[in-house]
Amino acid sequence: MSTNRPIRIASGQGFWGDWLEAPVRQVTGGPIDYLMMDYLAEVTMSIMQKQRSRDPALGYAKDFVPLMGQLLPEIVARGVRVTANAGGVNPLACAEAVLTCAREQGLAGKVRVALVTGDDIMSRLDELTEQGHELHNMETGEPLSLVRDLIQSANVYLGAWPIVQALKRGGDIVITGRVTDTGLALAPMIHSFGWRKDDWPKMAAGTVAGHIIECGAQCTGGNCLVNWERIPRMDDPGYPIVEVSPDGTFVVTKHEGTGGRVSVASITEQLLYEMGDPKSYITPDCIADFTTIKLKQLGRDRVGVSGVTGGAATDSLKVSISYSWGYKAVGTLVYAWPDALKKARKADRILRERLRRLDLDFDEILTEMVGVNATHGRLAGPVSPDIPEVQLRVAVRARDRAPVERFSREIAPLILNGPPSVTGFASGRPKVEEIIAYWPALIPKSVIEAKVEIMRA
Amino acid sequence: MKRPPRRRRPQRIQLVRIAHARSGDKGDTANIGLIALKPEYYPLLEKQVTAARVARHFKGTVKGKVERFELPNLNALNFLLHGALGEGGTLSLKTDAQGKVFSTALLRMEIPVPRDLDVR
Repeated sequence: MSTNRPIRIASGQGFWGDWLEAPVRQVTGGPIDYLMMDYLAEVTMSIMQKQRSRDPALGYAKDFVPLMGQLLPEIVARGVRVTANAGGVNPLACAEAVLTCAREQGLAGKVRVALVTGDDIMSRLDELTEQGHELHNMETGEPLSLVRDLIQSANVYLGAWPIVQALKRGGDIVITGRVTDTGLALAPMIHSFGWRKDDWPKMAAGTVAGHIIECGAQCTGGNCLVNWERIPRMDDPGYPIVEVSPDGTFVVTKHEGTGGRVSVASITEQLLYEMGDPKSYITPDCIADFTTIKLKQLGRDRVGVSGVTGGAATDSLKVSISYSWGYKAVGTLVYAWPDALKKARKADRILRERLRRLDLDFDEILTEMVGVNATHGRLAGPVSPDIPEVQLRVAVRARDRAPVERFSREIAPLILNGPPSVTGFASGRPKVEEIIAYWPALIPKSVIEAKVEIMRA
Repeated sequence: MKRPPRRRRPQRIQLVRIAHARSGDKGDTANIGLIALKPEYYPLLEKQVTAARVARHFKGTVKGKVERFELPNLNALNFLLHGALGEGGTLSLKTDAQGKVFSTALLRMEIPVPRDLDVR
């Protein structure tokens, strides 16, 4: 099964909601062996959980199905294999929808979908706590019993190995629930090169490759600060591709003729994104060390990555538990010159006084002046008193829905009964949003079993 | 504090002239990767942009401690700003709930650099 030639793994989606064109361009824009797609931010799982509770056929990244519908003929013709955590909290429904789609395209017998499950431990929570796995909050140390009745979802982050199994058993499209973003990229390398589980430097190298490409174009010129105005053709950015060699070294690049830029600067920015201790990047598969990485510009839009080191994986997996915390809402109004900032401040004082008189119980009220201090706070320094406009942005949070609901009705009256020259309220009352909070915990690997199932079109 | 001789008195410049950055979040912690625009600027960053100075820079915004990690291989420093995001993630009421622009807020910081340093 293993190969000695480099393999090309393309990233087609950095989050659920990323550019719909990207995966299509990755598959049709040049040769690739694998297409990896990351759909799951923490907040995504709870949104999917809510959708599934309303309709048992939902709970996965819906966009993935029509996308596969569009791409399947190409994927089959080109022999590209897909790894995607599009399954969310309902990977089976996602897999079945993709298979239906394949049959409709006349691809019966030509597509094998591999389903990776076992990450969802929602139904096992009580059993696990009874066994002594208390799932203390990793950040606060609090016991899970504090929020037990409010829990919406509980998923373990699986790593690369269940996906390796899925590829080994012939899966063309591997659909998973919660797996690490890096695992989606590392698995094809392990599978293609026959890397051993305890070959830690290679596990780490593949993990670093995954970390670089998991946010899509954020390593190919997107959100890149260096000479940002001169990054070419960002209307059509090339999404990243890693060309990985069997020794674990790799080149980050993108398809010929696409926009964006792959440079040491763009890769370094992405390497540091969401980084903790760079010597200890912990995944289910290894502990990667980012302090030995060497980057080299090898040519236009080609950056070589080598020197990655790493250590043994831990005995634990991370669990992401989501629970209902309460409610929040954000209200905005725009005040115009003259005295734009003064007017916005006055409106804020009036609003707060009205809220105070209503005696509403808020956990927090936050006021920001967009155009003045919303992004850099006091570091932004004073603004000109002549500033043309200021957006007043007031946000509130409470455990109960009622005070937030009432707040949402206190913004609009200011248009007629507050300071003058106010506009920008066309979108109506602020929306009351439910807050789903996160409870990170650890669980021993020994009590979690991933399952792989092959399904044929 | 010992004063350097007058003729070699350093100039003060904003980090944005010698570094670029990217930031993100983990819960209520923001991270900022600060990267030298040229390898020769890295020692200056390492010397001047200490965890204590970054904590002072963000005073009032960051409630917890500031940690610094060095990545000389990438000419970069990584900072963790604990308690920076108003409870973080979905709880935060801030425009920048995920700390995406803490990066450029750090680039406003001024540090002393030698008079003869070649900067843009």
